[in-house]
Amino acid sequence: MNFLLPSAAIDPIHQFQVTKWLELNIGGVDLSFTNASGFMLLGVVLTIAFFGVAASKGLLVPSRLQSMAEIGYGFVADMVRGVAGEEGLKFFPFVFTLFFFIFFANMIGMVPYAFTTTSHIIVTGALALLVITVVIGYGFMKHGMHFLGLFAPSLGDMHILGKIGLYAILIPIEVVSFVARPLTLSLRLFANMLAGHIMLKLFAAFAVIGLTAGGIGYVVGPLAFSMGVALNALEFLVAGLQAYVFAILTCVYLNDALHPGH
Amino acid sequence: MLIALLAEGAAQGHLPDDAPPPFPPFETWHMPSQLFWLAILFTTLYFTLSRWILPKLSDTLEKRSDRIASDLDQAARLNDQATEAQQALELRLAQARNKARETSEKASEKMATEMAAETARVDAEIAKKLEAADARIASLRASAMKNVEQIAVDTAEVMTARFGLKASAADLKSAVSAAMEKK
Repeated sequence: MNFLLPSAAIDPIHQFQVTKWLELNIGGVDLSFTNASGFMLLGVVLTIAFFGVAASKGLLVPSRLQSMAEIGYGFVADMVRGVAGEEGLKFFPFVFTLFFFIFFANMIGMVPYAFTTTSHIIVTGALALLVITVVIGYGFMKHGMHFLGLFAPSLGDMHILGKIGLYAILIPIEVVSFVARPLTLSLRLFANMLAGHIMLKLFAAFAVIGLTAGGIGYVVGPLAFSMGVALNALEFLVAGLQAYVFAILTCVYLNDALHPGH
Repeated sequence: MLIALLAEGAAQGHLPDDAPPPFPPFETWHMPSQLFWLAILFTTLYFTLSRWILPKLSDTLEKRSDRIASDLDQAARLNDQATEAQQALELRLAQARNKARETSEKASEKMATEMAAETARVDAEIAKKLEAADARIASLRASAMKNVEQIAVDTAEVMTARFGLKASAADLKSAVSAAMEKK
């Protein structure tokens, strides 16, 4: 009983493979509609369908679906209001879109054989850059050069030499931490989704290999399978949590743009 | 069985090479297409949500909170009205009770005075009747006493006559009256 499994079946990386569904080449740039684009489209369509249907009736006493959509609305609104204050609510549609875009992408990724769009650094990186662009753009638009005060927190009453000395240390730290934001924001989501799906695939493959190998495999297989079940539950948590983390950090950064003085 | 299926599915995919396969998230060929479709889809989602769906949801929520607020207002108003009505009722009841007490007091007073007047009248009448009766008794007794004297005189005359004596009427009379006086 020694099967040589084809690498695609056990290769944990195979699930991240991008394959073209529709060739599209504009001006020499490959803009093909791929499986990644397809599942992203599915996520967007599901989000619009869910909220569209839920919001369409506008019942005074909500149906279950409407109630769910309203809870989602309230959840994001409270998050924005809590972190960035009442002024932050002008970014509410942006944060709402980000949260549910990532949430649906992550959740669709939990379906076996589905493609997880958020497991690609280019997608999470673009979203993080979008957030930082909005933060910087709005910061300069609203506060002009005062937005740079973000890097130089006020020190109160202090001798001028002390201030210079402290700022010499503080400003580089603040700049580095600000530059690190888009990096950490994108890497956190990317790495979580990537690692989670690799683990799921590995344990699932272990279960199959164990059972086909026989012998000690009859012990390892079921163990790996139950581990896979437990990991599946964990990954559902991570899928929701990472969308939440991305959204709440966006709110924190937007709060900096709204109120740059520490 | 499962393995066969997996193998069949995999055979259609890429074939294992000696060189390690590239790590898909770091491949560059699909990045422009990923960015392109992300831009289109994210923008679509953003505008659909912010222009169409979120205003609808917030309208509904606002309408509901308005409705709840107005319902609560109305409930408070009705409650106030009920309290007022209750107070008015209690006031009315107290007034009615006072009036009833007054009326009954007045009635009992009137009755008492009437009764006193009637009693006095009846007492006076009774006293008058008693007086008349007393007078009549006295006159009857006086006349009776006069008769007794006459009887005694007559009896004395008869008795002296039986003894063969003769006494004048005046003597008899004075003797009887002296005897009666002595008694």
